[in-house]
Amino acid sequence: MLLDVLTGFIQELRSAGVPVSMVEAIDATDGLRHTDLADREAFKATLGATLVKNVRHLDAFETAFEVFFAHHRPELETGGDSSSQDKLQQPAGHEGRPGGGGDGDLDELLEALFQALLSENLSALRALVRQAVDDLAGIEPGRPVGGTYYLYRTLRRLGVDGLLDRLLESSAEAGRSDLEERLIREEYEERIEQLREEIRDEIRRRLVADRGREAVAKTLRKPLLEDVDLMHASRADLAQLEQVINPLTRKLAARLAHKRRLRRSGRLDFRRTVRRSLSTGGVPIEPQFRAPHPIKPEIFLLCDISGSMATFARFTLQFMYAMSSQFSKVRSFAFIDALDEITSFLEVGSDFPHALDRISSEAEVVWIDGHSDYGRSLDQFWARFGAHLTRRSTVIITGDARNNYRDLNSEVVSEMLAVSRAVYWLNPEPEAYWDTGDSVMNTYAKHCTGAYEVRNLRQLEAFVEEIALPPIGRVARPMPHEPGPGRFWRR
Amino acid sequence: MITFAAPGEVKVALGEAKYLADDRIAQVVYLAERLGKPVLIEGPAGVGKTELAKALAVVHDRRLIRLQCYEGLDESKALYEWNYKKQLLRIQADQGSDWGQLEEDIFSEDYLLTRPLLEAITTEESVVLLIDEIDRVEVETEALLLEVLSEFQVSIPELGTLQAKSQPLVLLTSNNTRELSEALKRRCLFLYIGYPTVDREKEILLARVEGVTDHLAEQVARIVRSIRSFDLKKAPSVSESIDWARTLLALGVAEIEATDVVDTLHVLLKYQTDIERVAKDLEI
Repeated sequence: MLLDVLTGFIQELRSAGVPVSMVEAIDATDGLRHTDLADREAFKATLGATLVKNVRHLDAFETAFEVFFAHHRPELETGGDSSSQDKLQQPAGHEGRPGGGGDGDLDELLEALFQALLSENLSALRALVRQAVDDLAGIEPGRPVGGTYYLYRTLRRLGVDGLLDRLLESSAEAGRSDLEERLIREEYEERIEQLREEIRDEIRRRLVADRGREAVAKTLRKPLLEDVDLMHASRADLAQLEQVINPLTRKLAARLAHKRRLRRSGRLDFRRTVRRSLSTGGVPIEPQFRAPHPIKPEIFLLCDISGSMATFARFTLQFMYAMSSQFSKVRSFAFIDALDEITSFLEVGSDFPHALDRISSEAEVVWIDGHSDYGRSLDQFWARFGAHLTRRSTVIITGDARNNYRDLNSEVVSEMLAVSRAVYWLNPEPEAYWDTGDSVMNTYAKHCTGAYEVRNLRQLEAFVEEIALPPIGRVARPMPHEPGPGRFWRR
Repeated sequence: MITFAAPGEVKVALGEAKYLADDRIAQVVYLAERLGKPVLIEGPAGVGKTELAKALAVVHDRRLIRLQCYEGLDESKALYEWNYKKQLLRIQADQGSDWGQLEEDIFSEDYLLTRPLLEAITTEESVVLLIDEIDRVEVETEALLLEVLSEFQVSIPELGTLQAKSQPLVLLTSNNTRELSEALKRRCLFLYIGYPTVDREKEILLARVEGVTDHLAEQVARIVRSIRSFDLKKAPSVSESIDWARTLLALGVAEIEATDVVDTLHVLLKYQTDIERVAKDLEI
């Protein structure tokens, strides 16, 4: 029985995109042998430790776990840890938990909820939540929904926002410092948040009972962070993405540095070799080489920040910001229908939200109407900064190449490529949309070293893997490659 | 070596070693010992990843062998190296003797310089092996660890395979600066340690900071939690809140006021922009 649920659970994780290997599935089963199955938290810890090996996948795991093992929840008899056990021992009685399905008075329910929140009585809270969902959610059997609708209906009818004010009022005390006030407020907000989560979980339990685990899990399935579409990412997604960008740029930095180190110059350091040979009786066992001359890659980032690109631009700017902390020579430029350098705004030490404000208020990126004009912007870049490009510069342009039917100036890109190491174009649109409407991607792509579809983090990571630069001098042009995923054209 | 009968015992034992584990940590550690698998620990800096290994060494009264990873770490520094100088001396001293015999002699364990990984599996008593900041080594180097981690053995071409005399308890930590290889992850249990809850942080402060009052520890824990909710470059970690509690004690603060927080923010936060932001917000 448990094994069946477990297989289903693993299946669900895989469908959500979490890679679970056979070995890991076996580990999980082994692990469960050493786990107290009545203890839900221990059970969860075991599955988490054996099946999920990436922080980014923990959210997907949480959701799937809630759906699949909702019934394992200790209702009243067992407690996860000793502290909540204490709270569980002295519950309900005088809280007067009203009978199960009855048409309990809303005010009475609210009052009981308020008391439970105030005293942090978890079991009473859960019982009340069950009743609230019974009375207020109005769950209609069979409807294929994820439960958000029911959640908001319950919350609205309960008037949860009023609860916070009541909590604050009831605990108000004269002569308390501002700091203390603030802490208390935050703690109550957290309790309300907990109430929200309890209600959400309760609704999910009902849905699972109604439609089965697999179906509910499927409606709740969200793309993993690395698959979130950057063009349409929500604010919460963006915030999470920001946290994984730093590792990515460090990886890029490490890759570039690694390539640099791998290239041993091959020149023998005679003095050090002889010196070393003294410890082996004059036999030069370990020849010493001169350290290769470090090459510092210079990166020029050109970013379209027009309206249609707003979400993506925020992401690329964040990427630029992270890059500038890793590389000594990163220069950033923003454009819409004019181009301006924004390197100084993104300097190390400045903070990102502030930098964003400054870019939108101070950078001169609008010329006439604030619609993207790639031709003019690239031309401007070439005229003003072209002289700075050298054989060690890499130019990365990000944008959807929707030029509003204006002049292309695509030969400028060729000229840029001729003097620099490489020119890459990252496009957040699906490849299938390129060259539709006013997109002129393929025209530009012909003049670039490579054009890549970068719609999500996974593709950006793939790009970073690819960009490992060939040593200067030996290979003047990038080597022809096998066509890979997301790449459209490579010269 | 003690074997634990239940995760609860792990928690208690760790508590005695002044490491306040939560149930999840205790469960994973318990599993690791039962299944004989390494644990890969991830989480923000300063939440006690390395401390856990140290505490476990204390609990089991075992030696802690630590391999600090860095870029450029290679076989000769992580696994073993032949002591070629000693070999050379031997060859010179034994000139004229039978080469076959000599070769066998100079490629024996006497001429092997053990490095942390080899040492961890060849010592008689079992040890706790801590591989710190594994994400710093290159992907290629990671492969060196695989044999040790899954089979607890090291293969040396000239010598054959050295089996572990006793199985070490292995912990790996990572700050997640890069994605570790699938092969490595598959062999490990995964444990994410985030920031502790207010209650647990208070317990940690009480255990770690000498002379701190219950009230002060609670205040520190609550304020630190509040500061973590800001959008910061680097949120204060547990080790920083411990430092902060010590600072406040040294300053003789019994009741924390907003001004005390602002004055000592530099202990908690390491970026000027972060300090300014929190200070501005607290002063209103």
